[in-house]
Amino acid sequence: MKLWQWLFAFIVGRVLRRHPPPESSAQEPTRIVPAGTPERSAENLVLVLLGLAVVFALGFIVVYAEFSPKGMSNSLLGICLGLSLLCIGGALAVVAKRLVVTEELEDDYPSAHPEQQEEVAQIVHESGSRITRKRLLVGAGAAAGGTLGLAALTPALSLGPVWDTTPLDLTPWRHGVRLVDDQGRPLRADEILHQSYYTAFAEGADKELLASSLVVIRLDPDKLHLPEGRSDWAPEGIMAYSKICPHAGCAVALYRNPKFPAVQPSPALVCPCHYSTFDPFTGGTVTYGPAGRALPQLPLMIDSDRHLRAAGNFSARVGPSWLNVRERPTNA
Amino acid sequence: MSGRRRLLSTALAAWLAMGAAICATAIAQPQSGIVRPTTEPLRPSRDLGAQLYAGNCASCHGIAGSGIASPRPGAGGILGQGPPLHGVGELAADFYLRTGYMPLSSPHDQPGPDRVLFTDKEIKSLVSYVASLGPGPSIPAPNPASGSIAEGTQLFTEHCAGCHQELARGGFVTGAMVPPLQTVKATQIAEAVRIGPYLMPRFSPSQISDAQLNSIIKYVLSTRHPPNRGGWGIGNLGPIPEGLVTWWIAAPLLLLSCLAVGRRMRRP
Repeated sequence: MKLWQWLFAFIVGRVLRRHPPPESSAQEPTRIVPAGTPERSAENLVLVLLGLAVVFALGFIVVYAEFSPKGMSNSLLGICLGLSLLCIGGALAVVAKRLVVTEELEDDYPSAHPEQQEEVAQIVHESGSRITRKRLLVGAGAAAGGTLGLAALTPALSLGPVWDTTPLDLTPWRHGVRLVDDQGRPLRADEILHQSYYTAFAEGADKELLASSLVVIRLDPDKLHLPEGRSDWAPEGIMAYSKICPHAGCAVALYRNPKFPAVQPSPALVCPCHYSTFDPFTGGTVTYGPAGRALPQLPLMIDSDRHLRAAGNFSARVGPSWLNVRERPTNA
Repeated sequence: MSGRRRLLSTALAAWLAMGAAICATAIAQPQSGIVRPTTEPLRPSRDLGAQLYAGNCASCHGIAGSGIASPRPGAGGILGQGPPLHGVGELAADFYLRTGYMPLSSPHDQPGPDRVLFTDKEIKSLVSYVASLGPGPSIPAPNPASGSIAEGTQLFTEHCAGCHQELARGGFVTGAMVPPLQTVKATQIAEAVRIGPYLMPRFSPSQISDAQLNSIIKYVLSTRHPPNRGGWGIGNLGPIPEGLVTWWIAAPLLLLSCLAVGRRMRRP
């Protein structure tokens, strides 16, 4: 990142620099830096290296676009980015070693005196005397820096939908949808045991859908203190919560479940990413950690076959909280 | 040598031998608060188990495993409190004793992997005594060799890695520590999955079958020597040590190489 920023600053500096007035042969001041002989081969090498940098940076973008989000080859991405940076570094080294005329400085660098500053500007200008195709070189540098910057920005596209956020609102849950396990087998009320926890999905829905996955647990119905209006959401003490943490969207994969509750921490659903801790007795309220809102609860019912079914939609919107998160999700 | 002197030397030898035996016994006894009967039988027995239980477990688990719901003063000044043991079976007793989870010095401590304070004979006796308190599951006999590492990896990721970390190095849950699984034996892993010790959920055979459990154990055993393709596992703890290496080793190396490569302008 830093390198291309420096490069960018360098290029901008070169482009915006005021061009000196056309040289009048009579008025030319005495040279400080001896005029160098043009080196076409070094220039060509710089152009080739910058061209390769562009190719590798484009390669990064292509690899990212081609394989995202599944099966992305980290080593391929790393190789592209690394080679691109290496080429730019090589180009800069060639410029420094073979294109810029160097002079041995005997005195200290001049401090802020107007005429000495002019002298420095003159030194810088004259140092470029070997360069014959300045615009082409600057253009190639800009292209290399620009593509590398673009490559570095590409992963930002994976942060989530930007223009159309409706996929985040979709939910497969509505009244009567059955809960199934990861093999697609419907869950029965009687197999949900105390002190155990289960992952469930909506029958027939895409498991990758944010709102599809659930944590199902069974607690003593007498100890529940669910919020108002949720009194019939946990038949026989069986409860379902969204498995997606409302903080950063990790899977709530920890169920803290004391063997001897008298002296041990109380049951809780915990997200392993940042330890947001939710109290299942009170409808998923946050008791610890960075989550800003309660874990959404799904109302359940038990049908005549003793299968678990949803009795409606989530209590709140599923998934990580962001700007204008609304409380109720829309149906898929 | 007169008869009197022979008697004296025999008595001295016997006294020395007895003293040595007492010292040896004292040294051999583990330095712990374990209460033992004065004479232990040679073989494990339910009676020995009952005696050890009364001396070391009953303060918290109550008389004959009836449990103590509210704190009550017990032996050794412990304010005892603990769950009943009826029906926990050989499985739970074997797990808690062989991992050093029990005995616990205070019921408010988190039980965890610790020094095993009972001898093998004593553990067998206690296990048979606890099993006799009520019908319960027996000690499992897992066969990790028959499992599949691929299946085990998937199941471990799904059910265990949230707390125990992908390479079974342990971690934290709010309010408690999650033990690493690097030294736990196969039988104890199988037992823990069925019990769910302390804050861990338990997994029934309908959730994780015995065959799947073999795969999980095979995977856990394989994590003790993970393939570190980079050459250095950095504790196999994931992104935090990797970040530390980046900032404290790789970045200074880069800076040093910049200093080595670059040249400072010489001043006159």
